Amino acid sequence: MANEKIYDRINEQSPWQDITEGNKIFEAATSRDFCTGEWRTATPVWDADKCKQCLLCTPVCPDSSIPVTAGKRESFDYDHCKGCGICAKVCPFGAIGMREGK
Amino acid sequence: MAIRERLSGNEAVAYAIKQVNPDVMPAFPITPSTEIPQYVANYIANGEIDTEFIHVESEHSAMSATIGASAAGARAITATSSCGMALMWEELYVAASNRLPIVLALVNRALSGPININADHSDSMGARDSGWIQIYAESNQEVYDNFIQAFPIAEDKRVHLPVMVCQDGFITSHGVENILLVEDDRVKSFVGEYEPEHYLLNPEEKMAVGPYAVSNYYMETKRAQRQAMIQARAVILETAARFEEMTGRKYGFFEEYQMEDAEYAVVIIGSAAGTCKAAINEIRNTTGKKVGLIKIRVFRPFPEEEIARALSGVKAAAIMDRSEMFSATSGPLGAEVRAALYQARSEVEVVNYFYGLGGRDITVSDFKVVYENLETIARTHVVTGMYEYIGLRSEQSEEV
Amino acid sequence: MEQTAYNFKEVMSKPERLAPGHRMCAGCGGTITVRTVLRALEEGDKAVIGNATGCLEVSSFMYPYTAYEDSYIHNAFENAGATLSGVETAYHVLKKKGKIKDNFKFITFGGDGGTYDIGFQSLSGAMERGHDMVYVCYDNGAYMNTGTQRSSATPQYADTTTTPAGKVSAGKVQVRKDLAAIIAEHHVPYVGQSTFTSNFKDLYTKAQKAIYTPGAAFLNVMSPCPRGWGYEPGEIMNICKMAMETCYWPLFEVVEGKWILNYEPKNKMPIEEFLKPQRRFRHLFRKENEELIGKFQKEIDRRWEELKNKCS
Repeated sequence: MANEKIYDRINEQSPWQDITEGNKIFEAATSRDFCTGEWRTATPVWDADKCKQCLLCTPVCPDSSIPVTAGKRESFDYDHCKGCGICAKVCPFGAIGMREGK
Repeated sequence: MAIRERLSGNEAVAYAIKQVNPDVMPAFPITPSTEIPQYVANYIANGEIDTEFIHVESEHSAMSATIGASAAGARAITATSSCGMALMWEELYVAASNRLPIVLALVNRALSGPININADHSDSMGARDSGWIQIYAESNQEVYDNFIQAFPIAEDKRVHLPVMVCQDGFITSHGVENILLVEDDRVKSFVGEYEPEHYLLNPEEKMAVGPYAVSNYYMETKRAQRQAMIQARAVILETAARFEEMTGRKYGFFEEYQMEDAEYAVVIIGSAAGTCKAAINEIRNTTGKKVGLIKIRVFRPFPEEEIARALSGVKAAAIMDRSEMFSATSGPLGAEVRAALYQARSEVEVVNYFYGLGGRDITVSDFKVVYENLETIARTHVVTGMYEYIGLRSEQSEEV
Repeated sequence: MEQTAYNFKEVMSKPERLAPGHRMCAGCGGTITVRTVLRALEEGDKAVIGNATGCLEVSSFMYPYTAYEDSYIHNAFENAGATLSGVETAYHVLKKKGKIKDNFKFITFGGDGGTYDIGFQSLSGAMERGHDMVYVCYDNGAYMNTGTQRSSATPQYADTTTTPAGKVSAGKVQVRKDLAAIIAEHHVPYVGQSTFTSNFKDLYTKAQKAIYTPGAAFLNVMSPCPRGWGYEPGEIMNICKMAMETCYWPLFEVVEGKWILNYEPKNKMPIEEFLKPQRRFRHLFRKENEELIGKFQKEIDRRWEELKNKCS
């Protein structure tokens, strides 16, 4: 099932019979199903008009939350961005601002 | 036709390794198990096996690399003794909780301190709670046979647990005895090709192993691990039956020697069982007294119901421990057997002895005294303490 | 491997191999290191990622959430080197037996505690044996997972929870161990020391060389920790810049025994520029501690000269 989340199968209410053998997980990147965006106390805001697509903001993101496709950055992944503000600091064009709150 | 040979316990295990031809063997030298990796290194040097040897810099790394190799999808083994296994301690638990079918050849030796290189079960008994299956041997033949059986047990889907194949340091590991070896092709087909379902190097499936599991998962994980240990019982017996078909040699959870009509029984692990059998033969031949022996082969999973049943007809039993655990009540085997008897509402009188620590000899005469004591206990119903010693020098009475 | 020119936009367009949703702190330098190193893998290559216990491990694989796009193994704190040795050896034997056809690469991550200290022996063994793997130390200069205790990677005078600056203490007494040099002395084919530069060319190309040089390779990557060092998370790139401009954290590599300096500042800046923004060095700026900054500077200068001599 494409939309099935890992926590639909294994969660903190799972009986012992549903725990995977040896706690192994047989797929990649299940952490995508965990939303760390909730942690934010400040939120980066991208101004696409000011952005020159230099991409200097993308490698500094500790949360892989600035997706890039074919040499162009896209909107923030707010499901996972923790609002650390590094991207805003490194932007040479003032295209990322930080707003208080989620 | 079986091959007749004369081999030491270490040679027998090394020969079994050659026949199984495992993928990876990380190992580190320690007396008295050192010979096992030496023999394997020689097989590799002469192109006799495909095994890759990893010259690790410690036993902790030996078990760590074995875990890595096993998780990666290889049939992985190692060998060690005593302090070497103590250094692996943390990793023993990881191997079991990761449910990796690793086989470890353990040559039992006393743990330091003081440093001592001789036979003693403190190494494996200390690891009894690690989640490993533990199989013990009396002789070279048994350790060879157990080693071959360890793979189908560990690798069975119902089990997926590591197996420790134990033999007594020097007495078994270095003592040369007659042995019947199984032909290579029969060993290979008995053990089978190793084909794991999930592994790190599977190109078709990603796998992550070794998570941080919070309280909400840890307890359920341990219960699932216990289930594997429960299921291992049937697999151990099925494997033994298959082995008997191949060789005619019969194995179970334990061996009963002269127990059909026994009134007085010893329960023991390892090479000292041979000495006890000699005492039994002598006593039965000279006095006709009904003495017998239960020799534990499988200590984990512990066959508590079967042991209680096997002892149900005796008047008194001596449980013999070859390792200290500084409990007020007993040694490790004493504790397990007493608990099994209590649960079975047994009225058998039980005395627990410490013997043979750090390689201290135990003789036929010692066992004769043990059986005499059992007679007294059965008559008087007085057991002087929760545990006593055999062969200990003391200014006061602590001895048999 | 042939080194192609570094095309920043192309590199940034490669698929992400560290997924979001891990629980590392906001602004963590460790995950920036991991993302960059993993990005250096060729797209067609498979990999097994190893990990010593530490912040990264407990945050990136919390059951049942793995943050890795590749297969992954964590074993314990002190054995990332040995564990990956086992995985790599399994690969060789299974490949030899024809059971695996695909190409796999082996990369393991450890913090400085798991690498400089408790995992040092296991790392040394793995490097000496020459397994075809990369050990990456994300060096944040203390045991951050347990709450900023001092390690042998902690710089002198740093205020940590086990070397607190107090009335009669000025923080950690000893100087930092030079682990990259120690691993270079193992005569492995590739050792690199790096941190974050604005386009990440230095770290990315070092990761590429480390991964695609046959044999054992080691990368030491300064990965600042906002909580442990005490700076505003957004400041990380300035912290890294000052580490390089003051020569606190030189960028160098050792290729087949040849030492190469990768960056030499035109005007070496005074060490205060690196120390000042960090809470862990705050006590050094008290009047009575003035001479300690001088001592710190002297040690930096001595090591910088020593490194330049090795690289000349």
